[in-house]
Amino acid sequence: MSADWPILSAVIWLPVLGGLLVAFSGDKAPNVSRWLALVVSVLTFLLSLLLYTGFDMNTAAMQFQENIPWIESFQVNYHLGVDGISMPLIILTTFITILVVIAGWQVIQYKPSQYMAAFLIMEGVMVGVFSALDAMLFYVFWEAMLIPMFLIIGIWGGPNRVYATIKFFLYTFLGSVFMLVALIYMYFQSGSMSILDFHTLKLGLTEQILIFLAFLAAFAVKVPMWPVHTWLPDAHVEAPTGGSVILAAIMLKIGGYGFLRFSLPITPDASKELDWLIIAMSLIAVVYIGFVALVQQDMKKLIAYSSIAHMGFVTLGFFIAFIILAKPDVDSGVILGMQGGMVQMVSHGFISAAMFLCVGVLYDRMHSREIADYGGVVNTMPWFAAFMVFFAMANAGLPGTSGFVGEFMVIVASFKADFWFAFLAATTLIVGAAYTLWMVKRVVFGDIANDNVAALQDINKREALVLTSLAIAVLVLGLWPEPLVQVMDASITNLVNHIAVPKL
Amino acid sequence: MEDMKSIYLTLVLAPLLGSIIAGLFRNQVGKAGAHWVTIIGVGISFLLSAYVFWQHVMNGAPVFNENLYTWMVVDGLEMHVGFLVDNLTAMMITVVTFVSLMVHIYTIGYMAHEDGYQRFFSYISLFTFSMLMLVMSNNFLQLFFGWEAVGLVSYLLIGFYFKKETAIFANMKAFLVNRVGDFGFILGIAAVAMYFNSLDYAQVFGAAPDKAGETISIWGDSQWSLMTVICILLFIGAMGKSAQMPLHVWLPDSMEGPTPISALIHAATMVTAGIFMVARMSPLFELSETALSFVLIIGATTAFFMGLIGIVQNDIKRVVAYSTLSQLGYMVAALGASAYAAGLFHLMTHAFFKALLFLAAGSVIIGMHHDQDIRNMGGLRKYMKITWITALLGSLALIGFPGFSGFFSKDAIIEAVGYSQIAGSSYAHWLLVAGVFVTALYSFRMYFLVFHGKGPRDDHAKEHLKESPAVVTVPLILLAIPSVFVGWFAIEPMLFGDFFKGVLHVASAHDTLGEIGKTYTDQIGFISHGVMMLPFWLAMAGLAVAWYVYLMKPSIAQSVRSRFDWLYKLLDRKYGFDEFNQAVFAGGSLFAGKFLWNIGDKTVIDGIAVNGSARSVGVLAQVVRWVQSGYLYHYAIAMILGLLGLLFWFVVR
Repeated sequence: MSADWPILSAVIWLPVLGGLLVAFSGDKAPNVSRWLALVVSVLTFLLSLLLYTGFDMNTAAMQFQENIPWIESFQVNYHLGVDGISMPLIILTTFITILVVIAGWQVIQYKPSQYMAAFLIMEGVMVGVFSALDAMLFYVFWEAMLIPMFLIIGIWGGPNRVYATIKFFLYTFLGSVFMLVALIYMYFQSGSMSILDFHTLKLGLTEQILIFLAFLAAFAVKVPMWPVHTWLPDAHVEAPTGGSVILAAIMLKIGGYGFLRFSLPITPDASKELDWLIIAMSLIAVVYIGFVALVQQDMKKLIAYSSIAHMGFVTLGFFIAFIILAKPDVDSGVILGMQGGMVQMVSHGFISAAMFLCVGVLYDRMHSREIADYGGVVNTMPWFAAFMVFFAMANAGLPGTSGFVGEFMVIVASFKADFWFAFLAATTLIVGAAYTLWMVKRVVFGDIANDNVAALQDINKREALVLTSLAIAVLVLGLWPEPLVQVMDASITNLVNHIAVPKL
Repeated sequence: MEDMKSIYLTLVLAPLLGSIIAGLFRNQVGKAGAHWVTIIGVGISFLLSAYVFWQHVMNGAPVFNENLYTWMVVDGLEMHVGFLVDNLTAMMITVVTFVSLMVHIYTIGYMAHEDGYQRFFSYISLFTFSMLMLVMSNNFLQLFFGWEAVGLVSYLLIGFYFKKETAIFANMKAFLVNRVGDFGFILGIAAVAMYFNSLDYAQVFGAAPDKAGETISIWGDSQWSLMTVICILLFIGAMGKSAQMPLHVWLPDSMEGPTPISALIHAATMVTAGIFMVARMSPLFELSETALSFVLIIGATTAFFMGLIGIVQNDIKRVVAYSTLSQLGYMVAALGASAYAAGLFHLMTHAFFKALLFLAAGSVIIGMHHDQDIRNMGGLRKYMKITWITALLGSLALIGFPGFSGFFSKDAIIEAVGYSQIAGSSYAHWLLVAGVFVTALYSFRMYFLVFHGKGPRDDHAKEHLKESPAVVTVPLILLAIPSVFVGWFAIEPMLFGDFFKGVLHVASAHDTLGEIGKTYTDQIGFISHGVMMLPFWLAMAGLAVAWYVYLMKPSIAQSVRSRFDWLYKLLDRKYGFDEFNQAVFAGGSLFAGKFLWNIGDKTVIDGIAVNGSARSVGVLAQVVRWVQSGYLYHYAIAMILGLLGLLFWFVVR
């Protein structure tokens, strides 16, 4: 199905152009640029909803495709399209961006127009990453996405931002280079830059393994997976609230998306060969990182580590596929695991955004992220406390919130692969609750710890609006995940059928 | 059927609506508005539950099993939200809504002068909704939803006094210990999903007999019975929620919450969810004798050893809390002996008399101006007549005084375990019999210390002592009625009739209640049989000892205590579970976290790998900078060296 008019291009370029406009509007009348940014982000979100309403759930084929030649001599096309895997992530992106714009409304007083512009441009580029069907286009968006993020951390970040930015840059750049080499190699093999052509490209096992590892370098850093995760806590700590939100809610998802769009379909045999590696890294992320999160003193670091642990479920859900497929007596579970990983990504988008926004609310008032500086916040900020406890529970995977759905699906699926996978993954029920609730206990509950806490003001209407939107999203997805699962079903099923057939 | 469906829906949603109004619009509705809206919600719920009970139990309405909406269908696994209403459900919802309604009314008096009045009502109504969802579920998933939702409300309510450090420690502890149970529970659910490819009760129970012989390998080549693994995993969940050893540690601490919720959540309803769950899954548990033995031994151990701790507690609420642990142990033991009906029967009678005892304790606490130490009390019968009489009735029901509700249910459990043939049954039987003495001793120790003798110790307290207001005493009276009588009326249909026909499954080899039923004639016969048995005399002995030691000769208590100092210390430290958990699990986790963070993340990954490679990049740059000096002759020499090297390579090759 192709649209009558290029919706995807509109969703990509409206925020980019809007962002440029906002940047040029300057800081003389900051409210103008803020309102402009809000209008652009809301329009983009509404546009992106057309992708849902017009979506055909019965096909795994790419929809809303646009394909025009770009660099003809290298067969590079401006080829866009979405399926059930990328479409939910695009809507997540456009939704979260609105909240980031609203959340930065008053907090950002330094160059507000450029701040808003950076987020809008980043939004468009991230949508580009999710919808690109041409490898070169994908790579361009992939790299372009980093520039606004560097600027956001580098300009509006904390005192140690240079170290964090360089670490972030080194990690992601190293990963991307390997990916680029793999993409160029496949271009020479297939004579095409189309990602869909790569899916059907015949590759030997050694080639596949090398390509797989190259992709792994890029995606594992993004997710991030243990042991290439250490940039994330630093980046989060230094990033402004909005940056953390985008980083956690969307950028990490690009890594998970990469596994589904590239690694699994292009190199299924290598994925099968090396699934033990990914599963081990995922389970280590769940368990090891859970314990590390427990001892964090800085709220943002704690949530960053919690993100890594939660993303472990995503990669676990994706890569248990081959173990289940190899079991003759188990006839289901592969789709469940992949769907679970996807649901976990969307859910984590909401919950991690909410958690970082909660920390942002506190940071704006106290200018501290140290848990020890707080205590008894509930006494002065009862509504905030209600939100914080709610999102903490969602983070701990309470049923009825979205945090439960993905974890549950992945645990059930991994039980089909191996009892001990499920056993280790399920420890998050205890450890995840422990680090989240211990933080809540120390920050939110208790008697008023000091004069600063005593002087706190409860959330204003704008903050309440942002947190309420996320709370509704978390609840709806938790109580009724069926619509999301349905959207993804055809594409995931197709992917599973594809990887079940060896390419060799 | 459609009429009934809307009734079920209304009775579930009414408390939720009340909770939302009282919680989100707390300022708009005010204090009175909050308690009215929630009481009306729960009142509707209770009336409809009574109607449902009437329809199902008296009029034999057909079992209702229907899905409301589809939560998710993925990979051939269907997950729905739906209701299963049969006699078991009807009993549970009636008990839950009745106790909840009593607690709602009582709270008006108990919380009158507390902050967070509206919040409290919102929470207890939310709890009622969650508990109803739990017991009305027709599938494992929704059961888990309700399971965790009641845990959440329990967390919020234990930490209700959020300024108190002990309260916010206790609620976190409660949640985490329950999560240990849920860890097992969710693996159990995953196992069910894997082997039955369904989470629907009817489908799973229907297919279970075919899976009875299946084995799975978990560790190496050793084969485990599938049913044993599933049942034990599910039961670990029950051990958390129903506070069985060693996951019982959270319940005594949960007494940090206000007394009404101790009655509602931590005595009458939530903590019995585990018993309900195992009974609901009797078609699975019947297939694994190993699991039943495990259940039996855990239950009996909890029943006896937790009761012992009750003897040395001085906080009025903690005595009742340890009593609850012990009584939950009795219920669990009944399940292990396949006497599910007896476990549920005791669940029901216990819900009434334990809620009564907690609320009576709360009334005493109001009278004593929030002094909870029973050593400071005494002689309260003169000041609080209604509280005194109702507490006496509750205590008699608890110790199983003939004719009282607890007598029927507890005697049935002990006899059923006596008839049980599975491994560990004689161990369990003796512990349960001995537990009767312990129960009578701690119950009447508390009773005599609080209501009889001289006191209270403090003259100031004496002056202000008066009976609690009617909103407090009326629920006491209303709970006292079933505490006394419900056993008499319910024993025949529930244990020997067909109340649970088609709901509970008991393999003929395990039919312990059937054995009792062979000699059962009527209530009088059951009582006259009971008073000739050992448990009755042990109960009387416990009562007498309590009377003599704590009322007549308090010096004996002192000398026994110094004589058996090691035992006293052991009980006072609650066998050291808390210290052990704190040191091993809490300490171990923190140590692991610090170790992994400092050594793993900071030293190895960042220190060696990341900063190491950054440094080597730096070194490389130094070399490059040294090479790129800008002097022409440097480049020339480099080129010559390069050419020479190339030549050399060609030659040597």
